[in-house]
Amino acid sequence: MPEGIAEGIGASVRRKEDRKFITGRGRYTDDINRAGQLHAFFVRSDVAHAKIKSVDIKKAAAMDGVAAVYTGQDIADDGVGGLICGWVVPNRDGSATHEPPHPILAKDKVRYVGDHVAMVVADSLATAQAAAELVNVTYETLPAVVDLASAATAAEIHDGMANNTYFDWELGDEAATADAFSKAKHVVSATLRNNRLIPNAVEPRAAVAEYDHIADSYVLHSTTQNPHLLRLVICAFVLNIPESKMQIVAPDVGGGFGSKIYLYAEEACCTWAAKKLRRPIKWTADRTQAFLSDAHGRDHINKVQMALDDNNKIIGLRVDTLANLGGYLSAFAVVTPTYLHGTLLSGCYAIPAIYTNVKGMATTTAPVDAYRGAGRPEATFLLERMMNIAAAEIGMDPAEFRRINFIPKDAFPYQTAVALQYDIGDYEAPLDRALEMIDYKGFESRRAEAAKRGKYRGIGLSSYIEACGIAPSAVVGALGGRVGLYESAVVRVDPTGTVSVFTGAHSHGQGHDTTFAQIVADKLGIPLANVEIVHGDTNRIPFGMGTYGSRSLAVGGTAISKAVDKVIEKGKIIAAHMLEAADSDMEFKDGKFAVAGTDKEKSFGEIALSAYVPHNFPHDRLEPGLEETAFYDPLNFTYPSGTHIAEVEIDPATGVVTLVDWACCDDFGNLINPMIVEGQVHGGIAQGVGQALLENAHYDENGQLLTASYMDYCMPRADNFPSLQVDYTVTACTHNDLGVKGCGEAGAIASPPALINAVVDALSPLGVTDMTMPASPEKVWRAIQNAQTKAAE
Amino acid sequence: MPTVSMKVNGQSVSHDVADNTLLVTFLRETLGLTGTHIGCDTSQCGACVIHVNGASVKSCTMLAAQANGADVTTIEGIANGDELHPMQQAFHENHGLQCGFCTPGMIMSAIELVETNKNLSEQDIREGLEGNICRCTGYHNIVKSVQDAAQKMGG
Ligand code: FES
Ligand code: FES
Repeated sequence: MPEGIAEGIGASVRRKEDRKFITGRGRYTDDINRAGQLHAFFVRSDVAHAKIKSVDIKKAAAMDGVAAVYTGQDIADDGVGGLICGWVVPNRDGSATHEPPHPILAKDKVRYVGDHVAMVVADSLATAQAAAELVNVTYETLPAVVDLASAATAAEIHDGMANNTYFDWELGDEAATADAFSKAKHVVSATLRNNRLIPNAVEPRAAVAEYDHIADSYVLHSTTQNPHLLRLVICAFVLNIPESKMQIVAPDVGGGFGSKIYLYAEEACCTWAAKKLRRPIKWTADRTQAFLSDAHGRDHINKVQMALDDNNKIIGLRVDTLANLGGYLSAFAVVTPTYLHGTLLSGCYAIPAIYTNVKGMATTTAPVDAYRGAGRPEATFLLERMMNIAAAEIGMDPAEFRRINFIPKDAFPYQTAVALQYDIGDYEAPLDRALEMIDYKGFESRRAEAAKRGKYRGIGLSSYIEACGIAPSAVVGALGGRVGLYESAVVRVDPTGTVSVFTGAHSHGQGHDTTFAQIVADKLGIPLANVEIVHGDTNRIPFGMGTYGSRSLAVGGTAISKAVDKVIEKGKIIAAHMLEAADSDMEFKDGKFAVAGTDKEKSFGEIALSAYVPHNFPHDRLEPGLEETAFYDPLNFTYPSGTHIAEVEIDPATGVVTLVDWACCDDFGNLINPMIVEGQVHGGIAQGVGQALLENAHYDENGQLLTASYMDYCMPRADNFPSLQVDYTVTACTHNDLGVKGCGEAGAIASPPALINAVVDALSPLGVTDMTMPASPEKVWRAIQNAQTKAAE
Repeated sequence: MPTVSMKVNGQSVSHDVADNTLLVTFLRETLGLTGTHIGCDTSQCGACVIHVNGASVKSCTMLAAQANGADVTTIEGIANGDELHPMQQAFHENHGLQCGFCTPGMIMSAIELVETNKNLSEQDIREGLEGNICRCTGYHNIVKSVQDAAQKMGG
């Protein structure tokens, strides 16, 4: 960073994007209206599992203001394709993942409450909604399949799919793991439940689809995290449209957390109908629809066994997982509980033998897919709960038990027993720092003090690792991924020296406009104000993969860095020509191209100008212009890690768990904008605390979602939190130019086990050894009552 | 359709709207003031908070007709030209927003909270914002923003 410019790499620059949002000038999809637009409303199944006997649309279609009512039959008659799965895995027996059809409007059968049955299009939303009430669907109901543990023996959901099992996958060395258990001094076992969550970005999903019948082309505004991926899927698999005829724009997007990665039925239906009716069609989910039909998250049952030797070292781990994937396979439903989960089971620990089996199960509930952390929170939860359960069984301090099992910092690169190779890390440093921040040593006196007030106080830690910076394409391809996971960037220097950066990553709260601009400004030695970041429009940006999996900076940022390097290289040649020097003598520093060891130099602006007004230019060697593209495909995942510690107090009279302190220390590699990173950590922690204490998606035995509003689904609110203590240690990523690892998911990955460990610790004097998520007042109160009854017996 | 008249951000407006038009719909669709957002259908997220006669109100809980004759302020109306309201400035300075979707409602709620209470503690602020959901920030920096603004607003 040039001296005096406090806005380069490492500076907590205030965000460039803020002004539009704080003044109400953001432009979200629902803010967009088109002349002559129609409104869509979807008729959704109100039963979990049924054959569709008939769909009578006559009354609805006859209503004043209704333009059309479409059913699954219309979609099928038009040859429209279904939604697809973007990643599949092989079964243990070598067969393939079962991929049942997923029509955008159900024709023969419905498979969850909220499944799309018909689409009403009318001149106002109120009319569309009223007409939808008149669509008469008759169902032959079938048994709902809700309970994950017994799903395999329940009613068949997809024709010909045995045991309601989409896939049955394994990873690791089963024989070596069995061998480790046979030699173990202690074996610790537990069955853990990872509760089902509903993502709840505050902006509901929305779409505005337009069709131009003269050009035979489309524009779709959508609340997506990845416009090009959406375009590829909708064009190539669903509607059979040339990609060149489809522009997808993701304007400002109000949070995603994974739920806005996938192409959903509604936006495909709107796009299809926009052509049929030659009118723009708008659809916005209300919160109820969001609860019913956004892809949900988590929902695992994990049977875990851990083998320890005489020295309390972990020598083996076996995990058998049932993952609830719902009524259809969503786009990344398969990879989330497998390669984003099974591969993380070594955590921060040197575990020589690991084996895992994951069965992806169908139930008559909404599809389940990636939600902030995607597979890694589930892996971390089971492992970090096991660390505490094992430590308690052997009578060791949980921090020390972690410490002796950590992969030592001189053991990198470290090959785990579950396929990943960690490039670098130092797990003791953040553990020590977090212990110090929360005053771990002083905890017992705080516990005693709380006890005097009649409260149970507990402390819980979680040392996590995640694999992010998703992902090396060759690895992804070899493991069943159907996409590449590189990222793209175009860096366009204008004649006057300002810079526009076109990125394939998408910002829906992450602050890319600022972080990415800092990288460019820093490298080119120009003011931050001279750099504009463009994202979210397939007609403007290079083909890119979007934002999820904490990949934007590590992959997208590196692509930008590489494109900037190309600009600098070209600039050097132009400057060498102008200064009549050899290319090899040119240096670029602080925004100036200079001949090394002389005072001959050209400013960045002068070179930009001469690239576009090439009167004195090396035409024999270069084309005019100063614009470079880079596609960066990462060499490995990145591996952020760290320790989070929660401290709670429980009121035995009410069972209410109060979070009283939180300390965390993360290693994200180098930080570009620490302020933004800290915000990501806060947000992740809040979502994890939500999972552990408050949130739970609950279906009744008939498959009705009982938690389909903010009255029933408990969202974390401001008064659920204390102030959060956040700090960092740094081991720079070894395989990208910026040395960065990614920070978006860490908080959500690390926090749930820290919290549950704290709750269990608080209740441990009563003999409580486990607590399922969420640790609601009722559950905690019952646990206390049961323990007290037992003690009295 | 009845005619509804009110003052919005200092300007008098008058429109014919259906009886069942919500105030938030009137602002967004009729007046094009899309800074006020809709995040739920049960009046619990607070994305739609505005001021009606100086009090913060969830504009999804009120009919446009009920605001007839009222003085309404939305997020678009709180800055003084290019000069941001201290609460807006504080959200920017303290990174009190990420995706920005909850932000207008959060800022409008926070302004009323600070204007009607002196010496707000951190806990007062947390409880005062209990009606506004943010999924991005974990509230930490929102609370910091409000503390900062409260100081500047002399609260
Ligand atoms: S839109 Fe959620 S409270 Fe008004
Ligand atoms: S900033 Fe995204 S919901 Fe609050």
